[in-house]
Amino acid sequence: MTKEKYLNFILITYLIFIFVFIFTPIAFSVIFSFNSQRFPTIPLGNFSLEWYIKIFNDPGVWQAAINSVIVSLVTCILATFLGFCTAYSDYRYRFKFKGLYLALVLLPPTIPLIILALAMLAWLSKIGMSGQLWSIICAHSVLTAPFAMAIIRLRLNQIDPDLESAAWNLGGSEWATMRYVILPYCKPAIISSLCLTAAVSFDEFAISWFVSGLNKTVPVIILEIVQGNIDPQVNAIGTFVFFTSMTLVITAQIFFLTWQMKGKNK
Amino acid sequence: MSHTLVTFKNVCKNFEKIPAVKDINFDIGKGEFLAIMGPSGCGKTTTLRMLAGLEIPSSGEIRFNNRLMNNVKPHERDTPLVWQSLALFPFLNVQENVEFGLKMRGLSPKIRNKKSLEWLEKLEVKELAKRDISTLSGGQKQRVALARSLVMEPEILLLDEPLSALDAHLVIRMQAVLTQLQKELDITFVYVTHSQSEAFAMADRVIIMNVGEVSQIGTPKDIYRSPTNRFVAEFVGRNNILSGKVYDIKSNIAYIKTNAGCFNFQLDKNKPIQKGDKINYIISADLMNFSTVKPKKSNIINCRLISEEYVGSIVTLFLESTDGTEFKIQITERELSKFNIQNGNKYWLSWSEKNVHVLIEE
Repeated sequence: MTKEKYLNFILITYLIFIFVFIFTPIAFSVIFSFNSQRFPTIPLGNFSLEWYIKIFNDPGVWQAAINSVIVSLVTCILATFLGFCTAYSDYRYRFKFKGLYLALVLLPPTIPLIILALAMLAWLSKIGMSGQLWSIICAHSVLTAPFAMAIIRLRLNQIDPDLESAAWNLGGSEWATMRYVILPYCKPAIISSLCLTAAVSFDEFAISWFVSGLNKTVPVIILEIVQGNIDPQVNAIGTFVFFTSMTLVITAQIFFLTWQMKGKNK
Repeated sequence: MSHTLVTFKNVCKNFEKIPAVKDINFDIGKGEFLAIMGPSGCGKTTTLRMLAGLEIPSSGEIRFNNRLMNNVKPHERDTPLVWQSLALFPFLNVQENVEFGLKMRGLSPKIRNKKSLEWLEKLEVKELAKRDISTLSGGQKQRVALARSLVMEPEILLLDEPLSALDAHLVIRMQAVLTQLQKELDITFVYVTHSQSEAFAMADRVIIMNVGEVSQIGTPKDIYRSPTNRFVAEFVGRNNILSGKVYDIKSNIAYIKTNAGCFNFQLDKNKPIQKGDKINYIISADLMNFSTVKPKKSNIINCRLISEEYVGSIVTLFLESTDGTEFKIQITERELSKFNIQNGNKYWLSWSEKNVHVLIEE
């Protein structure tokens, strides 16, 4: 009993340290974004919204934010669509070389980002598609579709295999069954996947930097600001990016957990 | 049988070259309650799924109202199925589940609402209409599943072991609900089960299947009292089966020698039997008599009591003769209480030569 308590204590302490280690820099970034002083030093200066006003008035930052939103929105829809199709074909059909097919589908996230980015740049410029918003969307969809597929596949694995047949049996064509049974059943997974792929795309730097050309996204513009000089604007942008991503990831997690729980209770 | 609704003609089904159903032939009459029974893996569910179009026969013909159905897609048939898993849609509430088929047919929301409530009421679960599926009990889910299929007002309803997940007392109640519905609606029921009590309690006719083949088709009484082969005799109920050879025939009584002793039976005019024939000699456990003193009859055997099994008011006694043959006898608990029985003691079993069912060994 006491041994267990000690172990618990150690584990909890360890967990707290990890969280502190991860979140302290982010917390400081948030704090300094409201600090009036130019350099991040302690003691702090006054509370100020100066840096937020500055980025608010910077058309470059605005453009990057708009680009990022467009890219992540289109990417999450494309990636989730691709992921759903792959997951469904895996669930529904048996065919030769299925193992190979699945391995190929899950490959992109295992390739180092720099290499993927370079390859994307080379390929997209060959077909005359580099340096546009579309290029980033394409590349991000490739990168994030496997995540979408993994999430939706997990959900499809829980489905009662008779459910689809039951819908046909009641007069639903294959398309109607897809629309009224499979999609509603996968809804939590689809929402989860939309949020997660959007978050990944919104944060992604390496690929965006390589293929974006003049259409900079938020992570790219952060790098440009940091390269130029130390400017607390970065903290303000960082705070904004952090909260956007966290909201998306937490939403994804909530949907994911609720259905996992339901699956267990059944 | 009045009018034929479904015909299976030489139907075979192989799964990757492994045969699941081998050359089955039978008709299903309009308004009939047909049970397909057999041990697991006998092909009964595959047969039902072929009827619903969920499996395509490898060869042979399935006709529905004389129309060839082999390649008709499941959703183009009107053969609703009640699933063993029930397969209710978890993301829809009770009423939406019942409305599903009507929605697929393109009926207006108003008609859907009216019909679904009507059927929920018939199955006495109207008050659950807005409930979530996950909040229902097993019996309630069962009724919703039935309503979802019956709301389609089909000519035929397929049921795949629908009661296997229910408690014993609910099974009895649902059996009553099903038989009553079937009579009332006058639609054909095809009921797949491994449970003899379910099949015999409800069905007009029973098909016994074994390793993909039809072993026997007949009324429950036919199958119970006159099995046509050894598999059916063993599968159905508690039969005592002895193998032996006919050594004498006098007028209409035949005499047979088995390992357990010599017995006799009355000849049936329709079943010619000759001296020297090898036969299976079958006495149903409920047609045996039990006594402590030696009865003055011809078919008797002295056995040691091994064990007893109580199911409600009926007791099954397991006994063993001196040569090691096992005998089973079913008597009422009330009758048994007259004897003061004890395991290990010896008792007498007897039976009338008229109650013997005989199969000639091939």
